[in-house]
Amino acid sequence: MIILAIESSCDETAAAVMENDERLLSNVVNSQIDLHGKYGGVVPELASRKHLEDIYPVVDRALIEAGITLDLVDGLAVTQGPGLIGSLLVGLSFVKALSLVKRIPYVGVDHMAGHLFSVFLGQQKPSFPYIALVASGGHSSLFHVKDHFNYTLVGRTRDDAAGEAFDKVAKILGLPYPGGPIISQLSQQGDKDAIAFPRSWLAPDSLDFSFSGLKTSVANYVRQNHHPDITADICASFQEAVVDVLAGKAIRAAKKFLVKNIVIAGGVAANPRLRQVVTDRGEKEGFDIFMPDTAFCTDNAAMIALAGYYRFQQASTLELDMDVYSRSSLFAAG
Amino acid sequence: MIDNSAGNMNSFHTLTLTCLEDTLAFGRHLGRTAQAGDIFTLSGDLGAGKTTLTQSIGQGLEVPADFYITSPTFSLLHEYPGRIPLYHMDLYRLGSMEEVEELGFEDYLYGEGLTVVEWPDRLEDLMPVSRLDIHLTLVNLDERSARLSAHGDMKTRFLSFLPSISDN
Repeated sequence: MIILAIESSCDETAAAVMENDERLLSNVVNSQIDLHGKYGGVVPELASRKHLEDIYPVVDRALIEAGITLDLVDGLAVTQGPGLIGSLLVGLSFVKALSLVKRIPYVGVDHMAGHLFSVFLGQQKPSFPYIALVASGGHSSLFHVKDHFNYTLVGRTRDDAAGEAFDKVAKILGLPYPGGPIISQLSQQGDKDAIAFPRSWLAPDSLDFSFSGLKTSVANYVRQNHHPDITADICASFQEAVVDVLAGKAIRAAKKFLVKNIVIAGGVAANPRLRQVVTDRGEKEGFDIFMPDTAFCTDNAAMIALAGYYRFQQASTLELDMDVYSRSSLFAAG
Repeated sequence: MIDNSAGNMNSFHTLTLTCLEDTLAFGRHLGRTAQAGDIFTLSGDLGAGKTTLTQSIGQGLEVPADFYITSPTFSLLHEYPGRIPLYHMDLYRLGSMEEVEELGFEDYLYGEGLTVVEWPDRLEDLMPVSRLDIHLTLVNLDERSARLSAHGDMKTRFLSFLPSISDN
């Protein structure tokens, strides 16, 4: 089965072509980061306008790179939510139109499911069950993944997402958007133990996250001590506080659910320090650690193709009036 | 809470929130006092405590505890059930009022619940006439000051939003 997938939930327009769940034929991501840099964040209306401009050439390039035409596509997969409504609608409307004209069935895929299964795009594939940490600009969640169709949210952020904390701390330090890569880079020259920023562990058995207090703590520190010379130390110490809690909670979840495999995914999983700490600490405690290549951590359509393939296996008929949603249905509470 | 108000008590006032519990108590009071259709704007730097204050406003509105009031920066608008609905919007990532209009946020501003708007400067001409403005400033890690000002019809209810000793 050949699947063409489209992802447009936030700031990337992406398309991928995949054969079953095995062979990725193309994976095109047209990042909009340059467009958003000057605003210090993703500007939604700009995002949907840019998606509208980009979607046709991005899909076209994915087909060309895969060496196929639309006539060979057996199924379409598209991100249905969560994300920015205007941006999601560009992808969904495009797929609906393709489906009608070319008579190709389509499935809607949850963006989070894409991240949960993105690890299967790599060489090292975990067996079920596993604990997945999905950390990005919009999410910081832990899932207990039992198989391709059953996954339960077991922890979530109570305030800011991890990636959002990186973006906001970057803004506090006068660094460009997105915050993750630049903070990671500056951290290499800084001392991670220079400043003891707080770790919010919440209750001893809690799998929830909280990064708002850390952000406030950094803002407070910067206001009292800021000097360009210590930016690298602030970055390294802040990054260590985030990584410490993300890694610690992923391990805590694996222990709680007696699961041997831990997966990290989402944009923040591209952070080299998080990859290193989760691997070192997890393996030391006897867990097997899996993570997608960094290209599959940030938003991409390959993971949507993969999650779409599983959806096709599960249910192949879908209604044309399917709509997008801004917040994940996986989140029990709103 | 220390009362260090300056000027006309009927329309503006500055509260000193000396510790986190003060901020939370003030938020709960605001939530208990809010009526359907009210609009609170929340301004202040990153880390000033806007999300924390909104969480305690949610408690005062009786938003169920399993509904975490999380930052709406990414998704722009979160809606919560409570004594009256809470609409929590964050306009941080928006560039102008045209974008606010295109996203249909005006419908929420005049909805059935309490609307809390972070980064309200993006509203420009769409800024509602009747509203309570709350500007938070971080004094140190725990201490904040909150400058309140009422506009339009909210002026007549201004004093009800000020916490009394019994609310602590």
